[in-house]
Amino acid sequence: MKKHSLLRRKIIDGVIKILSGMAALSGIAALAWILFVVLKKGLGAINWDFFTQLPVPPGMEGGGLANAILGTFLMIALAILLGVPTGFLAGIYLSEFGQNNKFGEIIRFSTNVIMGVPSIIVGLFVYTLMVVPMGHFSGYAGAVSLAIIMLPVMARTTEDMLTLVPNELRESALALGAPRWKVTLNIVSRAAKKGLITGSMLAIARVSGETAPLLFTALNSPYWAKSLNQPTGNLTVTIFNYAMSPYHNWQKMAWGASFLIMMGVLFITLAARGVLRERVK
Amino acid sequence: MTEPRVSVRNLNFYYGNNQALFDNNIDITTNRVTAIIGPSGCGKSTHLRVYNRIFELYRNQRATGEVFIDGKNILAPNIDIIELRRKVGMIFQKPTPFPMSVFDNVAYGLKLHYKLSKSKLAESVENALRQAALWDEVKDILNKPGTALSGGQQQRLCIARAIAVKPEVLLMDEPTSAVDPIATAKIEELVERLKSQYTIVIVTHNMQQAARISDFTAFFYQGYIVEFGPTKKIFTNPDKKQTEEYITGRFG
Repeated sequence: MKKHSLLRRKIIDGVIKILSGMAALSGIAALAWILFVVLKKGLGAINWDFFTQLPVPPGMEGGGLANAILGTFLMIALAILLGVPTGFLAGIYLSEFGQNNKFGEIIRFSTNVIMGVPSIIVGLFVYTLMVVPMGHFSGYAGAVSLAIIMLPVMARTTEDMLTLVPNELRESALALGAPRWKVTLNIVSRAAKKGLITGSMLAIARVSGETAPLLFTALNSPYWAKSLNQPTGNLTVTIFNYAMSPYHNWQKMAWGASFLIMMGVLFITLAARGVLRERVK
Repeated sequence: MTEPRVSVRNLNFYYGNNQALFDNNIDITTNRVTAIIGPSGCGKSTHLRVYNRIFELYRNQRATGEVFIDGKNILAPNIDIIELRRKVGMIFQKPTPFPMSVFDNVAYGLKLHYKLSKSKLAESVENALRQAALWDEVKDILNKPGTALSGGQQQRLCIARAIAVKPEVLLMDEPTSAVDPIATAKIEELVERLKSQYTIVIVTHNMQQAARISDFTAFFYQGYIVEFGPTKKIFTNPDKKQTEEYITGRFG
């Protein structure tokens, strides 16, 4: 058998290194570009009025997105209340009770499928489920659609994090005479606490930028929502509407909203990393 | 002779369709140390894990036969499993401190089984830690996480946690196989002292350890109890050829 020459090996090694390096770079470059442009254009739109004033009609200068900021915040908060505990409990079921049974398998498979469903489908689903019977768009419907998107993410990360907890820990708590539910809540979940916090933060970050599911549910509104029972202003649909408009001031507002969401997601993601890192100390 | 603390009659054990224990019969003497020895995979741990029914965590594991503790067959379906596990504590191979402070680790089991005032709880925790020969090392760091202790200390913390609830029987599943020799010596000393109050059953891979600390020894092989008797006899003058071959290191 003929030996490959050292030179040839070194060349192949070098080529692979360059190719994979370039692939990695292109991903990061796209991200850096987006960050840079949004930062540059968005920062200019951010001022006191942006946070405190209502939107103004096209053609006028000034105004802000106070109602949309509040609406997004309220809908995400409600989605967290609905989605995180439900997803957490579903994850507990999958990890602690549904490891080897048919029902667990079906649930696990379904969560995978829901995770892959385009978010616009979720929006349409909630549209037929809530908006049509209620007769109007509402913030509640928006929150529900966001919660549906969070649920499988939360369930699967919970399952993954709890599965990482060694069985010896469960056994030693059970051997002390602890009932199963206490073992799960006091011992296993606590051992996985950091992973669970990180998981929920990432689930929150995941829905923060969603537009499609809100388009069919919360719609949007240029006014203060008196309650979440009516169309509710939100940042992402505002970006969608304003960015496509021909009005300079609206476009500027869209950049500002993009900037705000991006910073929010960036902050949540960094905080999640921070929580994870603490483990190593 | 006193009544045995644990009496096992015709115990068979199955992992799915695989039988792992065959007709185990053994009497565990009260307030003595009984060692279970034998080569890997011979059913030592499996046997031990029947005494507190911890195997039931896994759906495909099944035991038949009878295990009497204080005259009651603990394999019967109407047994209060939580009370059984209070009476029969267990120490595992790897130390398993709970994700909480040293104090709370010991208090956890106490709170499960007893309603205690704050001062009484603190007293019981201190007692358990003293019994486990850990108090002097941790009395100033009771609020630190249990996981911050060294491996040997963690294992003694687990022993403290187990004896805090005042069990009658202590099951030890290779308690020293994950700690260093100095910590091993400490745990062996501890076992020596604890046997005045508890009936101890210890699974060990280490034959010298069995010879050092146990009063009785059972030799397991392929799911059968080949020989059981006073440790001295098993190690110096066993009846069965297999036992002798294992003790002298010819297999296993």
